[in-house]
Amino acid sequence: MHDKVLNVSAIKNGTVIDHIPATSLFEVISILGLHNVESQITFGTNLESKKLGKKAIIKLSEVYLMDDEINKISLVAPQAKLNIIKNFEVVEKKIVEVPENVVGIVKCFNPSCITNHERIVTRFKVLSMNELRLKCHYCEKITDHEHMEII
Amino acid sequence: MNGKSLVSITDFSKENYLEILDLAKEFESRPNPDLFRGKVVGSLFFEPSTRTRLSFESAVTRMGGRIIGFTEASSSSVTKGETLYDTIKIVSNYCDLIVMRHAMEGSARYASEVASIPIINAGDGANQHPTQTMLDLYSIQKTQNKLENLNICLVGDLKYGRTVHSLLMAMSEFNSTFHFVSPKELKMPMVYKLFLENRGLKYEEHTEFNDIVKEADVIYMTRVQKERFSDPIEYEKTKNAYNLKKDMLKNAKPGMKILHPLPRVNEIHTEIDSTPQAYYFTQALNGVFARQAIIAKILGLK
Ligand SMILES: [Zn+2]
Repeated sequence: MHDKVLNVSAIKNGTVIDHIPATSLFEVISILGLHNVESQITFGTNLESKKLGKKAIIKLSEVYLMDDEINKISLVAPQAKLNIIKNFEVVEKKIVEVPENVVGIVKCFNPSCITNHERIVTRFKVLSMNELRLKCHYCEKITDHEHMEII
Repeated sequence: MNGKSLVSITDFSKENYLEILDLAKEFESRPNPDLFRGKVVGSLFFEPSTRTRLSFESAVTRMGGRIIGFTEASSSSVTKGETLYDTIKIVSNYCDLIVMRHAMEGSARYASEVASIPIINAGDGANQHPTQTMLDLYSIQKTQNKLENLNICLVGDLKYGRTVHSLLMAMSEFNSTFHFVSPKELKMPMVYKLFLENRGLKYEEHTEFNDIVKEADVIYMTRVQKERFSDPIEYEKTKNAYNLKKDMLKNAKPGMKILHPLPRVNEIHTEIDSTPQAYYFTQALNGVFARQAIIAKILGLK
């Protein structure tokens, strides 16, 4: 079944992002700015996954991501795995790594934070990933997973 | 420190603290009325704070510097919708240093990134107020003749009180022992307790004053505000437990000093004002010397 899903929309060259929690698919699309990509993109969601329950998958034809772009999705899809495809073969596998700083992706949960009142690119230091804790560079308050909102 | 902004107390090192304290002492014993001559300080109080503003104004004018600025947002272009970014960019052209107070947390850090000149944070909402911490350190050093190995008792609202958090961070450089006295709802946050544990420093938590007064070298009082309590009954039950009265000082060390960032409401009974332990008014005067020292260091004049 799993192979069949992959085969339906296999890509010749590009990147496959697998093991995205189904609930995070649209956040991943937004974080990676995929709405601006012009080449062919295939999405699948609510696919069966032993690890995640329901997972999503994104196939990007002729698109290769930089490591720092990949790491941006670690906030919403920490278990995501990337396969780099050349001529229908997987030539490289990548996993997402937690960045030291999160820039311009997350909104500071503190309503009194200056970043919520002026046009300022938010910046956080990642204090811990297992239990996500982001310290705002400006107000110094900590935003956790429960209060995290993607811009 | 030359040319550097002071946004958070952690922007400066222990060595920086000690240099500032030495200089504050020098300014207090030998006033230098010409050091800031020709210097212009921008004083941007987007949120009013008369005491802090007057302290900075006194610090600058007593050393021959000039102050320009505004005392509340309504008298500035902010009310016309100007962004903080634009205000800071423009004021940067007119002066050598900006002292700013703003209700938004993180505003001073942001301003320090926008400005072409150094920023001194005179309070950004509930976040940081580092010059208060420097004057607290100066007051402690002056009264105890040292900063090392002191027994520091922090009282009142330890959950939201930014002054006690910054003081804790700064004093942790000097091997202090801490006592925290607060209602259960306003206990010292875990993150600060872990910070002390990681540095191997001792602290004890209490919900009432009892015996700790006699061990303390410094009692740092803060105000317990009603609006901090989710349960008003809890406030009524505890509100008087953190008030200091004269009879509570009978076993105190003779050199113990009571500090308070002011304004007080009733957490220090006025009968204490005449005791040798009362220090909060002199503490406010120390703010002038501490701020002079900080400005002199940042402007590279000393
Ligand atoms: Zn913030």
